[in-house]
Amino acid sequence: MLEIKNLHAIVEGEDIEILKGVNLTVKKGEIHAIMGPNGSGKSTLSKIVAGHPGYEVTQGDIIYDGESILEMDPDERAHAGIFLAFQYPVEVPGVTNMTLLRESYNTIAKSRGREEMDPLEFEDYLKTKLDLVEMNPEFLHRSVNTAFSGGEKKRNEIFQMAVLQPKLSFLDETDSGLDIDALRIVSGGINQIHGEEDAVVMVTHYQRLLEYIVPDVVHVMIDGVIVKTGGKELALELEEKGYDWLENA
Amino acid sequence: MSEVMSDTDKLHEFIGEEYKYGFTTDVEYDEFPKGLNEDIIRQLSAIKNEPEWMLEFRLKAFRAWSEMEEPQWFNASYVKPVFDQIQYYSAPKSKPSLESLDELDPAIKDTYDRLGIPLDEQERLAGVAVDAVFDSVSVFTSFKEKLANAGVIFCSISEAIQKYPELVKKYMGSVIPARDNFYSALNSAVFSDGSFTYVPKDTISPMELSTYFRINNMDSGQFERTLIIAEENSFVSYLEGCTAPMFDTNQLHAAVVELIAMDGAEIKYSTIQNWYSGDEKGVGGIYNFVTKRGLAKGNGSKISWTQLETGSAVTLKYPSVILQGDNSVGEFYSVAVTSKRQQADTGTKMIHLGKNTKSTIISKGISAGESQNSYRGLVKIGKNAENARNYSQCDSMLIGQTCGAHTFPYIESANPTGKIEHEATTSRVGEEQIFYLQQRGMSEQDAISMIVNGFVKEVLKELPMEFAIEANKLLDIKLEGSVG
Repeated sequence: MLEIKNLHAIVEGEDIEILKGVNLTVKKGEIHAIMGPNGSGKSTLSKIVAGHPGYEVTQGDIIYDGESILEMDPDERAHAGIFLAFQYPVEVPGVTNMTLLRESYNTIAKSRGREEMDPLEFEDYLKTKLDLVEMNPEFLHRSVNTAFSGGEKKRNEIFQMAVLQPKLSFLDETDSGLDIDALRIVSGGINQIHGEEDAVVMVTHYQRLLEYIVPDVVHVMIDGVIVKTGGKELALELEEKGYDWLENA
Repeated sequence: MSEVMSDTDKLHEFIGEEYKYGFTTDVEYDEFPKGLNEDIIRQLSAIKNEPEWMLEFRLKAFRAWSEMEEPQWFNASYVKPVFDQIQYYSAPKSKPSLESLDELDPAIKDTYDRLGIPLDEQERLAGVAVDAVFDSVSVFTSFKEKLANAGVIFCSISEAIQKYPELVKKYMGSVIPARDNFYSALNSAVFSDGSFTYVPKDTISPMELSTYFRINNMDSGQFERTLIIAEENSFVSYLEGCTAPMFDTNQLHAAVVELIAMDGAEIKYSTIQNWYSGDEKGVGGIYNFVTKRGLAKGNGSKISWTQLETGSAVTLKYPSVILQGDNSVGEFYSVAVTSKRQQADTGTKMIHLGKNTKSTIISKGISAGESQNSYRGLVKIGKNAENARNYSQCDSMLIGQTCGAHTFPYIESANPTGKIEHEATTSRVGEEQIFYLQQRGMSEQDAISMIVNGFVKEVLKELPMEFAIEANKLLDIKLEGSVG
């Protein structure tokens, strides 16, 4: 589904290389975790896959469903089924969650040749998805991420994922800032959304998320490259030993 | 990754909008030579067959104006109008009184059709009466009869001076005295037409009233006057729209609007201003220097200003409310959008004189391009205004890096029971916001449109329903462009 080959990237307009040759392969139905210390480039990697305009790819390629997506705009990538749960979800005052989601859903549906939903039908559909993250329907009428607590913002991202049903989801530090109850709810939601037909890549500092969502593959990223790949037991090893033993590997 | 443009470049493409109303109409004019003196004013008054008191009003204003200095205090710089080079009267040649649309010059009728304001009553938006002002004069007023049946007088100010001299004499200049400021004095001397509305006691106007201002002539200024009087327990909703052709010179629009609301009366006044704004280099465009003030005279009266300001090269306007009656209410809802080299210095004054008076100010400024957008507002609580309340919220949104937003709130309170709340925010439509919405599938243009519409929603919902869609469209046009 996703194949990242020798990806190098810099911050747009600056000469600082953040990704220094990343290789990553994700198959349909899999859950991956990318772990690593702060500043290792793991969040940048998720943004670049989604097409963030602040970075420039200088070498390598990102192949998604057999085709390079480097030339695609962020909205085209979203239409193709790529989703990014933001580390810092953005506020859009005056635009309700309902409005955003309907616009989003219908735009994506249209691009894939699916039926758009009318407002009433859509509201019913949303309610079934709200349950997945235990959110109140009243939430649909609030402005996007405005006056949301940190935990609500993160839950909202997973709610959007549930509604849009992407094929490939990057979850950028979705667990940070969540208390233990919220973490349980969010992970429960992700586990229900994920199935045989889609893939999830979690970017995280901490092993605790992996107690709730069990990854098939764990990667360790340090200084812009993936230095080690293993099974779920790798995460436990990291918890125990930290990253130091890999940094000089 | 695709070719990366900077945030600013991309945003700038969005705001290179085409001005759709920039055409001119060929009509024959009755016009005065350029320049201003007492003779011109006497001629103007004579051509309109005005009573002596009206001429006196004008001459007094002219003498006051001659001694006044052009104001300099606002946050805008521009080439000052040359008052000797302006034509103070320019009216299409036509029959003096227009009783039916058939008598109107077809070229002018076509102009309004092209502007989306058909004057034909059958074609008009249901429930909206229009007074069409073309350069210096009102060319047609629709639905006069229907309104007259309800007791509502809606006609050009010239007609009102002839037919209802007592009302005009009593109220004209009562809210905005001629010498209030430089431009109100000029207007009082040379106003050539405008709209008059009188709503009798216990009457709710059966339809929306509107005036559509069109400047067509390159050399003429437009100086019109609007006077609206709402008697006890009456209600009227009024809307004005404005467009002008694209010229590479600046035209001056200096209007005066006076509103008077008696006990329990409510006047809702909305403006959609889309004068030509000049080009990217700042050449041409309208100078929109307007004095608008409402007197909430009666107990429990209410005056509400809503404005969507998108056009003009320079806008200086502060629609205000004097809350004289006890329990009166003043409201100001504003969206001001500037792009290219536009400059807007706009806001309001809420003058609390009566007890338990309440005012609300919601101002949303959107700046793009190399424009400058300022909010300037005064909240004043007089010493007898027990328990006066004001809430002000001024939000600015910046699109790109080369524009400016400024807020100048002034507060004066002479009564310790008064409560004034002021909130202000400034935000930038940033890469992150657009990227977020694009990641959710929206095109870049739809993303910006969504962000802007969310930002101004609070204000646009105050517009009469018939015009809300028009307003949304106008905003989209203003911010639309080709995506690279």
